[in-house]
Amino acid sequence: MSALQKMMGWVDARFPLTATYKAHLSEYYAPKNFNFWYFFGSLALLVLVLQIVTGIFLTMNYKPDAELAFASVEYIMRDVEWGWLIRYMHSTGASMFFVVVYLHMFRGLMYGSYRKPRELIWIFGVLIYLALMAEAFLGYLLPWGQMSFWGAQVIVNLFSAVPFIGEDLSIWIRGDYVIGDATLNRFFAFHVIALPLVLLGLVAVHLIALHEVGSNNPDGIEIKKHKDPVTHIPLDGIPFHPYYTVKDIVGVIVFLMVFSAIMFFGPEMGGYFLEAANFIPADPLKTPEHIAPLWYFTPFYAILRAVPPMFGSQFPGVVAMGMSIVLMFFLPWLDRGKVKSIRYRGPIYKIMLALFIVSFIGLGYLGLLPSTPVATIFAQVFSVIYFLFFLLMPWYTSIDKTKPEPERVTG
Amino acid sequence: MKRLKNFLFLLAAAPVVAFASGANVHLDKAPVNLADQDSLQRGARLFVNYCLSCHSAASMRYSRLQDLGLTEDQIKDNLLFAAEKPGETMKVAMSKADAKAWFGAAPPDLSVIARSRGADWLYTYLRGFYRDETRATGWNNTVFDKVGMPHVLWNLQGEMVPVYKKDDSGHEVIERLELAKPGSVTLAEYDAMAGDLVNYLVWMGEPGQLKRKQLGLIVLAFLAFFFVVAYYLKKEFWKDIH
Amino acid sequence: MSQEADGQKVDTRKRKFLIAATSAVGGVAAVAVVAPMLMSMMPSARAKAAGAPVEVDISKVEPGMLLTVEWRGKPVWVVNRSKEMLEMLGKHDAQLTDPNSELPQQPAYCKNPTRSLKPEYLVAVGICTHLGCSPTYRKEIGAADLGADWPGGFFCPCHGSRFDLAARVFKNVPAPTNLVIPPHQYLSEDRLLIGVDAKGA
Repeated sequence: MSALQKMMGWVDARFPLTATYKAHLSEYYAPKNFNFWYFFGSLALLVLVLQIVTGIFLTMNYKPDAELAFASVEYIMRDVEWGWLIRYMHSTGASMFFVVVYLHMFRGLMYGSYRKPRELIWIFGVLIYLALMAEAFLGYLLPWGQMSFWGAQVIVNLFSAVPFIGEDLSIWIRGDYVIGDATLNRFFAFHVIALPLVLLGLVAVHLIALHEVGSNNPDGIEIKKHKDPVTHIPLDGIPFHPYYTVKDIVGVIVFLMVFSAIMFFGPEMGGYFLEAANFIPADPLKTPEHIAPLWYFTPFYAILRAVPPMFGSQFPGVVAMGMSIVLMFFLPWLDRGKVKSIRYRGPIYKIMLALFIVSFIGLGYLGLLPSTPVATIFAQVFSVIYFLFFLLMPWYTSIDKTKPEPERVTG
Repeated sequence: MKRLKNFLFLLAAAPVVAFASGANVHLDKAPVNLADQDSLQRGARLFVNYCLSCHSAASMRYSRLQDLGLTEDQIKDNLLFAAEKPGETMKVAMSKADAKAWFGAAPPDLSVIARSRGADWLYTYLRGFYRDETRATGWNNTVFDKVGMPHVLWNLQGEMVPVYKKDDSGHEVIERLELAKPGSVTLAEYDAMAGDLVNYLVWMGEPGQLKRKQLGLIVLAFLAFFFVVAYYLKKEFWKDIH
Repeated sequence: MSQEADGQKVDTRKRKFLIAATSAVGGVAAVAVVAPMLMSMMPSARAKAAGAPVEVDISKVEPGMLLTVEWRGKPVWVVNRSKEMLEMLGKHDAQLTDPNSELPQQPAYCKNPTRSLKPEYLVAVGICTHLGCSPTYRKEIGAADLGADWPGGFFCPCHGSRFDLAARVFKNVPAPTNLVIPPHQYLSEDRLLIGVDAKGA
């Protein structure tokens, strides 16, 4: 026995190292027909690690104090060696995280990855999405620019729309009567420690749940149905390592090319990744002409604004915005389709999904613009389509004329 | 149909989400060229001589001006009025409270003004001052109506006055500015100076931007090479799969 | 799922080469990502500016006077030693721990009997090498509380360490080494620059 083998033996007698490696890498069997849409899970994990590492180095020089925060970001950009690179990696990473996560979720919609027995993976995923939105919102206050301040002001004020307890709730969240130093400090604590821990925990259980049942695939069929009679390995399954490790490396490199192109040549992304107004220090006495959240929140912002005030309260809009995300949790049970993957669905589902995507993107676009009567009409139409996609799903998925699923995976 | 046309117009007009304090004024294109070190040096001198008496640039160190091709001694001899050591930042002596009392609003710090306002706005602003007797300072500005800042560079540009016209709804609007009293340089020379100053402000907003782009080329080239290697690795292993 | 199911043999050499190549390039990428982060921990421009050399006008420092300036957050003494003080320096080497400045507590150009560039001026960091207190200036030769043979120097009140007028430590005191002499140079007769050697620090 070689020295390495002896060492591994010593470890394995005390810790399931080789067993874990086999169960989750070299003898974990994934469907062999993963396509382009299957890159985004591993990319999301990459971006998470990137955000944490760059975040740690930013925390070394950032000052979570209302008087010092804005200047400390410029200090990082100019005086800290390579500080500008770390800052841009973090700001680009934040937006790219959402690009990757939205594409990852879209894959789930297309191939029915949320269907039984993967409902829990999906639920953990929606929780990750919620935690990610909270993390991004909290992080955006930290540069203490005009948009940081006023965006937080608007969103925290939404809580004051809650009947009876709203005002007190907002004061408790802020730690003050207006967004100020107290708010900044606690948002910093949540952004740097609390939510990253929550995110890591959720990602862990998300992956554990995935490995328990095995991955779905573009054909939406279960590869475990057909196993080799001797080895019990799924006939359409291949070991994750080396095949998908090697494929994911290529995916990572392509992603890094896109990421680097943005980071080195256009980190502001025309104001979509780094907003111009945020280069003005926060001024509680001066409201910007146009307050908009960052692009990844705008679909939900548009839904919020599309609902008119009722009985003098903005609360119905808040409820609608909340419901638009809560509905996602119920997807596994709303979908009564006979097949999982869009490849074998009938025309009704394809049209509804297309309408949903157009509406989501449309809402996203409208959320960037100032509110006008015409824009509001469109936002209302898109919001209705968005909700109907979910609410009517039990009906149109059961009447939809599906095609027969194959027994074995196709390309 | 009208609603659809309105919406499509909105879509087309969307990029013009004007930030400027004031209506959608046409902005002249600023001649920004960060590779032109002479222009940046002239802009730096204008900035230190004219702007730093009221405005700070508290995130900018004098010593960083060496990136513009200046030596530390040149900085000490020509640009270091308000500080003792070149390592210091461009702070200003005036307190915020005094500034607000004298000008109505504290002159903002200019470290990243080019990133919030944009080069074109700054260029149009510096050339958009005109005489206005109704204002306490005697000056107003085409892109920043009722601005509290006087025309600091008036002795260079001279005095401009507005020429009015009636717009579609019958309101009087400024069509253009005209030179009423010449300054110490011609209008063309003044525009060039404003261009230098804006060029400098863009540079000062992010002094590392040239280096950033250079590094980006190297990184992308490296990743392209890495892609080729990794792709061959993937292809080789996937020969096993059918 | 056999690797040779279709009759093709696995080209192991090619695979090993490609794995090695990918690992090597990947290693370079990993270093390229990690290196800036580690370098960001080095002193920033702000720290370097704060730690920049300090220029001192020594024209008003009379013989016997001590001037204190701050450099990198530390007190630096500039002492104009009179002829009498300088004469005392050579007489008590036997009482000193390191009379010839063998230990590297000073720049090479100050490894001499007066531990200075110019004999009259002592430039020393005023922090006791025991536990960091700032000693008091006791130039009175033969001071009552310090003993008749006190040649003038510095006395640390915290734990009793003593240093002579060249900032050299006496034996049998808690401090182990002579006081640190910082890098410095003279820009002119009146101007002393603390923090950088004549050839550049």
